[in-house]
Amino acid sequence: MASMRDIKRRKGSIQSTQQITKAMKLVSTVKLQHAKTGAEQTKPYSDCMYETISQVLKKAGNIDHRYLKPGESDKAAIIVITSNKGLAGGYNSNVIKMITGSDIEPAKAMVYAVGRKGKEALARRGYNIAADYCEVINTPLFSDACKIGKDVLEGFANGEFGEIYLAYTRFKNTVSHIPTMLKLLPVQIESKENEAKDEKPTIDDLTLMNFEPDADEALDMIIPNYINSLIYGALIEAVASENGARMQAMDSATSNAEEMISDLSLKYNRARQASITQELTEIVAGASAIN
Amino acid sequence: MDDSKLFNLKVVTPNRIFYEGAVEMVELKTTEGDIGILKGHIPLTAVVSPGALIIKETDDTKEAALIDGIVRILQDSVTILAQSCEWPDEIDINRANEAKIRAERRLSGQEGEVNFQRAELALKRSITRLEVADKYK
Repeated sequence: MASMRDIKRRKGSIQSTQQITKAMKLVSTVKLQHAKTGAEQTKPYSDCMYETISQVLKKAGNIDHRYLKPGESDKAAIIVITSNKGLAGGYNSNVIKMITGSDIEPAKAMVYAVGRKGKEALARRGYNIAADYCEVINTPLFSDACKIGKDVLEGFANGEFGEIYLAYTRFKNTVSHIPTMLKLLPVQIESKENEAKDEKPTIDDLTLMNFEPDADEALDMIIPNYINSLIYGALIEAVASENGARMQAMDSATSNAEEMISDLSLKYNRARQASITQELTEIVAGASAIN
Repeated sequence: MDDSKLFNLKVVTPNRIFYEGAVEMVELKTTEGDIGILKGHIPLTAVVSPGALIIKETDDTKEAALIDGIVRILQDSVTILAQSCEWPDEIDINRANEAKIRAERRLSGQEGEVNFQRAELALKRSITRLEVADKYK
């Protein structure tokens, strides 16, 4: 059995670790609240944007636009949103696993990394890091999203890659965060809308959409806007997910520490009891030897 | 005033829902020029350029600075997706002034075309803000 002093020392170190994890949990809880309100405020804009784009494209008829078809290059750009700091459970590794598990080969991928963890992990696995926006994830601004959007669109226009993906963690609720891979370009509007369109079409659905300036030019302006808003929404949700994941991880770390401490307390008391018993036996044995 | 002339207006920015309600008329500036929208406008999607946004409610008129975005007009609803939209009392006049001077300096210098375009847009934005703020001082 370990000595009393060893057990005491071990207990002390676990206790101080527990204090840290507890504090980190509290901090991320507060940050999560902030991020959650942020995500809720952004949601109407992203939703509206998505609705607008899908309606516009549906009504626009068959427009042949460069953003609507894949580019000639077989490379793909991936915007990877992870965190700068670790200790967030599986948050970062889930995103990375999703990318390595996808059918994009490392040699054909250009990674636009937001967040240091994702960048480092992907660089180790032989992915090409095209750009790095590590500072952005601390406090994402709409202008940051615009900058990333502009950079990837430039690459797409120059033919550096033919597809753009966005990999991030979707914030479903406080306990459930889903790593998601989204195709940004060429623009794809999910077909689920067609399935749901069995009800009677309204007047708005039947009339043809007009564009000003003409459809091509308007889409030139609208699609970058759409992409920026998607990136911004993803950034905000990723921050919320990060703090949610960290909160959970720290919560379980704290309760694990609690368990270990109670286990060690028991051992300590046992050791103390054993040493007292031993002392008594020795005294009694000594006394009987004299008599 | 009867309700038949009213339609639904929604102005959304990345940070908040800026305005939502039934209005009589909306005036704004697109890349092709100023437009006024009444109920029953043909479906139209247009690109917004920086300018004043005038909202006419039944018995009130509101004005705001609208910066970049798109407007989608349907039969009985108008949605403006703006990158930024501000009421006159939210505009930071000093900042707008500084931005204006900065943009003007850049325009008078000799730089690449991309910078030129950006400076021009920045100038338009700052002028819009200043104009709207000026009217409601």
